[in-house]
Amino acid sequence: MPTQQDELLERLTGSEYKYGFVADIDEELAPIGLNEDIIRFIWERKGEPEWMLEWRLRAFRHWRTMEEPRWAKVVYPPIDYQAIRYYAAPKKRHVQSLEEVDPEIRRIFDKLGIPLEEQKLLAGVAVDAVLDSASVATTFKEKLAQLGIIFCSMSEAIQKYPELVQRYLGSVVPYTDNFFAALNSAVFSDGSFVYVPPGVRCPMELSTYFRINAARTGQFERTLIIADEGSYVSYLEGCTAPMRDENQLHAAVVELIALDGAEIRYSTVQNWYPGDREGRGGIYNFVTKRGICLGKEAKISWTQVETGSAITWKYPSVILKGDGSIGEFYSVALTNHHQQADTGTKMIHIGRHTRSRIVSKGIAAGRSNNTYRGLVRILRGADYARNYTQCDSLLIGNACGAHTFPYIEVLNPTAVTEHEATTSKIGDDMLFYCRQRGIAEEDAIALIVNGYCREVLNHLPMEFAVEAQKLLAISLEGSVG
Amino acid sequence: MEPLLSIRNLRVAVDGREILKGIDLEVCRGEVHAIMGPNGSGKSTLAAVLAGREGYEVLEGEVLYNGQNLFEMEPEERARAGLFLAFQYPVEIAGVTMATFLRTALNEIRKARGEEALDPLAFLTLARERMEWLGIDPSFLHRAVNEGFSGGEKKRSEIFQLLLLEPQLAILDETDSGLDIDALKIVASGVNRMRAPERAFIVITHYQRLLNYIVPDIVHVLFDGRIVRSGGRELALQLEEHGYDWLRTDGETVVLPTLE
Ligand SMILES: Nc1ncnc2c1ncn2[C@@H]1O[C@H](COP(=O)(O)OP(=O)(O)OP(=O)(O)O)[C@@H](O)[C@H]1O
Ligand SMILES: [Mg+2]
Repeated sequence: MPTQQDELLERLTGSEYKYGFVADIDEELAPIGLNEDIIRFIWERKGEPEWMLEWRLRAFRHWRTMEEPRWAKVVYPPIDYQAIRYYAAPKKRHVQSLEEVDPEIRRIFDKLGIPLEEQKLLAGVAVDAVLDSASVATTFKEKLAQLGIIFCSMSEAIQKYPELVQRYLGSVVPYTDNFFAALNSAVFSDGSFVYVPPGVRCPMELSTYFRINAARTGQFERTLIIADEGSYVSYLEGCTAPMRDENQLHAAVVELIALDGAEIRYSTVQNWYPGDREGRGGIYNFVTKRGICLGKEAKISWTQVETGSAITWKYPSVILKGDGSIGEFYSVALTNHHQQADTGTKMIHIGRHTRSRIVSKGIAAGRSNNTYRGLVRILRGADYARNYTQCDSLLIGNACGAHTFPYIEVLNPTAVTEHEATTSKIGDDMLFYCRQRGIAEEDAIALIVNGYCREVLNHLPMEFAVEAQKLLAISLEGSVG
Repeated sequence: MEPLLSIRNLRVAVDGREILKGIDLEVCRGEVHAIMGPNGSGKSTLAAVLAGREGYEVLEGEVLYNGQNLFEMEPEERARAGLFLAFQYPVEIAGVTMATFLRTALNEIRKARGEEALDPLAFLTLARERMEWLGIDPSFLHRAVNEGFSGGEKKRSEIFQLLLLEPQLAILDETDSGLDIDALKIVASGVNRMRAPERAFIVITHYQRLLNYIVPDIVHVLFDGRIVRSGGRELALQLEEHGYDWLRTDGETVVLPTLE
């Protein structure tokens, strides 16, 4: 007799990925493999200045001396870096206006619910759309430019704003930081660039939508956001990929810089293809995200809803350098089937009276593994620094695992850190109670999961909170009713 | 008239051990049945099987609810068809407020009845009215489901849900245990308010005290998985006076014919 848990697992493992289509578009591809010629190829295709070639080659040479990290609680076969394609870009992409975007590309984003026509967009959201290695369209540029806000692709920023790029690129995540950051620095092809001038409050959400389309291709995007003194910006990224049997590598680097009194809110709804129910295929999401509160009373807040990817390895962090600066990390990480997530944050307190807050909600279902890994480091000079960490795990079924590795290093006696952790389970009792009140099992799970994640979802911009809520339900829903 | 609930020769096992050994019971609309019996006699098991909890093996017998085979209905379908169980041990659900939980539940049930969903405001108005009947503080709706509720609060919450969801058949599993006398009176008055010609109750209790406030039409004694005796409310008084040993001779259970 199948137990309720079995049925639940069956239902969970029966869920479908809704964004798994492949589009047939004409792309320019680099040869497969990685060497200095490939880096020159990328550099040349992008028509970058000389200093970028040196920058890339330096990173590449360093990368060759490095080993892939193995400390995360994830298991996967060795990656053959010579079997990956490092550049794929739609041929028809240099466009003067949005109307000129290749209809086929437009169709991809329409299908994903990201229309590129400005009049159709959600009010108050500007979008940069990145397909494989290239940015294909950025909306609302003129409107933002009137306020002095720069929102464009990374390629364009390298051409048009070399001083800003040279000054800040790699300043938060140097190529020496880790294996994947070095790789990214060598081969990154595009991404988004944002600069908000002093005292300007960005009036709309800025959003980048990343889509992998080409086969055997890695995506290595680079995002750089600079909020000048007293400015404010809220940025959101979303991502999807086709269903493929192979594992695809996504190794992004995101750097945030907040000057005096500036605030950056960075939200992620990550829905890369997670692989099938047997664990075949899916994206390896090895991402380095870090922000620095350079100035006094600056604030950086990360919010992430992670439901996709076969493997997630990501620790959005904040370096709290300016006195009185604030770092936040709100995370929901959901794993199902054979997904593995090792995610968390680092809060590095350098300045005095710096504060950080970590709220992590892990949800594990199926045969998945979900790990929180966090570091709170309070340096000697960080008088009266404070950290609050709350780290919860929710288990659905009996075959999944949840783990937490909180590291706390306090070098200043005036600092206060608090840590709370809970592990709970959606048990048969809970589901039966809901069902006895007329709520079907699937709705009960969605209700419980949403209740559990509320505190994090509340930090997303409103339109996306609703989307994220649906995404959580879909990620847990099955084909059999 | 057709009974609302009709149980015929119900035999149920848990983990291969027979717990219910042939139950016959008919409950008509408008009636209040009390079920009494010693610990472990199978009262909660009967309630759970009727509500559709997993893990029970029906060996024999059938249960008709409104003429429908109950065992062909999912637990949520039973609930939507008006079967309500006030739990002996209600479970806590962190992060989900009573308001969200109960509005979801009520709207599912309303949908099944072909009624419009209630918006948050209409729900709040209704919920506040029913809470007032039980003297429950309005802040209760913003607390997580059963989380940190005292024993008495949990029971009161179960009865509040009954008042809100307006079932056709309400099964109360020891809703009186752990209540002080004032709380007991409030709970009983809530139930009495719900007594109606179209609604039936099965009240499981160890204490005849509750039956002073919720006056049953029929009292059954469940003993070792069987209903060994049924009678009027004086049966409850006799049990109180003599205990269950009164139903035994030489350690053997005497199965007395029911008095219907
Ligand atoms: N899930 C279960 N697993 C194993 N045994 C069970 C289970 N549920 C019930 N039983 C057993 O069935 C018998 C009847 O239990 P039940 O809870 O129905 O009794 P009860 O009459 O409600 O008792 P009480 O007055 O103590 O509430 C007990 O012996 C109990 O241990
Ligand atoms: Mg019981």
